[in-house]
Amino acid sequence: MITHDLVILGTGPAGMAAATMALEHGITPVVIDEQPAAGGQIYRALERTPVRDRQILGEDYWSGESLIKGLKDPQIDYRPATTVWQLTRQREIGLLHDDKAEMICARHIILATGAMERPMPIPGWTLPGVMTAGSGQILLKSAGAVPQAPVVLAGCGPLLLLLATQYLRAGVEIAAILDTTPRDRYRAALKHVPGALRNASTLLKGVGLLRELRRAGVRHIKGVSALRAEGSGQLERVLWKQQGDDNWQTLETPTLLLHQGVIPNTQITRAVDCHHEWDEQQLAWKPRLDEWLGTDIPGIAVAGDGGGIVGAKAAGMQGQLAGLGAALALGKLTLENSTQRAQPIRKALARDTAIRPFLDVLYRPAKQWRLPDDDTLACRCEEVTGGEVRRMAEMGCRGPNQTKSFTRCGMGPCQGRMCGITVSELLADANQQSVEETGYYRLRPPFKPITLGQLAKAAEEG
Amino acid sequence: MSRRVVVVGAGFHGCSAALRLSNQGYEVTVIDKAYAGRHASGVNAGGVRRLGRHPAEIPLAIAAWERWQNMTSIVGDDCGFRPVGQIKVAESDNDMAILTERERQVHNLGFHHEKLINRDELRKRLPALAGHCPGGLACDGDGFANPYRTVTAWRREAERQGACFREGIEITGIEPKGNGWRLSGGEEHFDADLLVNCAGAWAGELCKWLGEPVPLTAEAPMLMITERLSPFLGTVVGATSRPLSFKQFENGTVLIGGGVRGVVDTVRHVAETRLDGLSENADTVVSLFPFMKEARIMRTWAGVEAVMQDHIPVIGLSSQHDNVIHAFGFSAHGYQLGPITGEIVADLAMEREPKLPITPFSIQRFQTPCPE
Amino acid sequence: MFKRLSPPEATNEAVVTFRFDEQTVTARPGDTVAAALLTSGISICRSTPVSNAPRAPYCMMGVCFECLVEVDGNPNVQACQVEVRDGMHVHTQQGARRLIS
Repeated sequence: MITHDLVILGTGPAGMAAATMALEHGITPVVIDEQPAAGGQIYRALERTPVRDRQILGEDYWSGESLIKGLKDPQIDYRPATTVWQLTRQREIGLLHDDKAEMICARHIILATGAMERPMPIPGWTLPGVMTAGSGQILLKSAGAVPQAPVVLAGCGPLLLLLATQYLRAGVEIAAILDTTPRDRYRAALKHVPGALRNASTLLKGVGLLRELRRAGVRHIKGVSALRAEGSGQLERVLWKQQGDDNWQTLETPTLLLHQGVIPNTQITRAVDCHHEWDEQQLAWKPRLDEWLGTDIPGIAVAGDGGGIVGAKAAGMQGQLAGLGAALALGKLTLENSTQRAQPIRKALARDTAIRPFLDVLYRPAKQWRLPDDDTLACRCEEVTGGEVRRMAEMGCRGPNQTKSFTRCGMGPCQGRMCGITVSELLADANQQSVEETGYYRLRPPFKPITLGQLAKAAEEG
Repeated sequence: MSRRVVVVGAGFHGCSAALRLSNQGYEVTVIDKAYAGRHASGVNAGGVRRLGRHPAEIPLAIAAWERWQNMTSIVGDDCGFRPVGQIKVAESDNDMAILTERERQVHNLGFHHEKLINRDELRKRLPALAGHCPGGLACDGDGFANPYRTVTAWRREAERQGACFREGIEITGIEPKGNGWRLSGGEEHFDADLLVNCAGAWAGELCKWLGEPVPLTAEAPMLMITERLSPFLGTVVGATSRPLSFKQFENGTVLIGGGVRGVVDTVRHVAETRLDGLSENADTVVSLFPFMKEARIMRTWAGVEAVMQDHIPVIGLSSQHDNVIHAFGFSAHGYQLGPITGEIVADLAMEREPKLPITPFSIQRFQTPCPE
Repeated sequence: MFKRLSPPEATNEAVVTFRFDEQTVTARPGDTVAAALLTSGISICRSTPVSNAPRAPYCMMGVCFECLVEVDGNPNVQACQVEVRDGMHVHTQQGARRLIS
């Protein structure tokens, strides 16, 4: 097994910035990414997007160009289209590329595996035609594809508004934005505005998006308190209720894009059993990290949204910090030098993330978007409903590992990615205990399914 | 008058002991450092198997098998038991000779549950099996069940009978008190007239404190499970000279295990899977069922098991104290025996002659002084 | 259902052609199979092994495993993670996969 100094997983802003920083300090990293092209989700398909009108995707998207250029330095061993299916606490990494399994080892690892969208388990969310706002944006970036018929966007969060304006600029007809931000949330978020002003440019960008939507006359329905998708075998209509109104309203549409913010993708940090904690502010699990973004496992660090949602720009800064941390750990920098080098980055990071408390409060997903009702699927793969999970709690299941034997909840193809947070929260709610106490699925390799044939071969070659 | 019993370990055997002791009017507290069924009992391969048992275990396995038939009447749940049969497959003529000898040995002991089957019969029972296998040893009526569901059912029944379960408490000390024991765990003390050691991989610690150390190691048999596949296999399949246990559930997933060991992390109290071992297992599966090379593995895991030097459990009274009963060290094949453990423990508690032969499982077997 | 802002045919770009069940699908090089299907009027890629419910791509980033299809005889492939290739054979996946007939 070959041992590398540094292996970075992911080529979003954090992974790319970490690679560049490491290289600057004499480390030649291996950078692994599942996607065929660099950029992560935020700069997805940047080098080859068919959307050539730069105004549609906006300047923030195109700002990823310099990071990608940095990644393409010939000294960096960049390996696209490569899946990581195993990582051990001894830093052995199982890779899968072109149907071939391989093991490598690293002295230091930076996980930059980013975020995923928070599941939004509403009635009908498994119907074809119901997708996420993120998926809509990925289709736009990577294939220049947009909804054919007037689309409904539902939920809350910056990404939903950004997608709406990108659609607007691309000439896509938006039937409505169903905004689930509770009305009292604006007032609650107000007290975080002074802090957020430290990152005024981002705040202003948000205001600009809202203004752009308003000017274009997009139907923006606020205070949506209930939502369901209906259709036979396929989405046909969206129904919603507004706060203070008990009547269902309806829109016919073949495409509904849901969004309820993003959460750290902790699949890999969970599987190596890093210490995780529940972040009540962001309503999500995240690994506990030290000042160099190291986990409690020696030689494994996390940069970017995978360690707690910070946004693309801050993720890049964290990538730089993690890169310095790697240089420190590998003896390329003294503690003094790395601390000095890190100081301005930490400062900029603090400024950039000053907007988080405001966003976290404003877009905190209300309970009805996180806890599915009794008839709605929590686990999409194995088709387990919210009611079934609640019954597991009644039977005495205190945590999500105990429910698996009764319902197969979390045991389908997505390996618990889609239902993990929902089941933890459902059980915590039903048992009236904290999410922290309730815990999370015990995850084990493979992180992505691997065939027996590939596994049998991996040992021969390892 | 009811006597206070503390059972250490809420695995299947601990729950079984708790249920039978509660039945007899004992005041039972079960203490577990994690939760009921967290380790070996809850995450094993679920094999319900008399096939291939150590001769000393055969009478117990047969008695346990009778309980498995009536699981619903005992605990109100069938525990997912499916008597689909088990077959140990011979991969070579040499394997076939081993199985033939095994069948003869079991017959000579007066048991007839294991039957040799020839190539044609094997083909008939396992049409999906690779062609090179000359035969096998079958045990009809064996099968599999759902481990965690089993532990939960037994635990709940024990609770209905009055047993009290205390989870998340690690026993950190034990001292004599009056005619009984005082155990410390967390901030609490637990007084007992009778102590039952069902602590699995952690039972050795207790034995040390009680002054009767045993050769016990914690091992971590690994398991892996596939995506759902269309049905191709009814029977549980094992191999003769390599570790394998292979079964397909009704939901289509295939469970592969059989004893390849992972790594026990004694600090974090968890078991880790090991790639080379899993690969070895994958290799065995692919050679017996070549089409399985395309099957995707969804998850792998390992459970922590107590394995004795001689691979049979310790069941019986302490050699040092008349108020301690041991039932541990089932060496990665204790799941099937769970239903019978409680009955034996209850017999011992009530100072009755156990209805099954347990002399071979005495803890004293490790205390024979070495000849000078 | 999705459309392209500028269809590859219209811009004289090279196109990739592959089979989806009985249908011929045209895509742009670099497209994922999922994007190619969604822009070709195909909205369902599999049925679940539990209830046979129809499913379609959902997250487009490899998390949800809803877009499982069979590609060149390989079942359970994530359509959103695989790029189109000329002559590829893609099939919808019905229920649990079959390894032997």
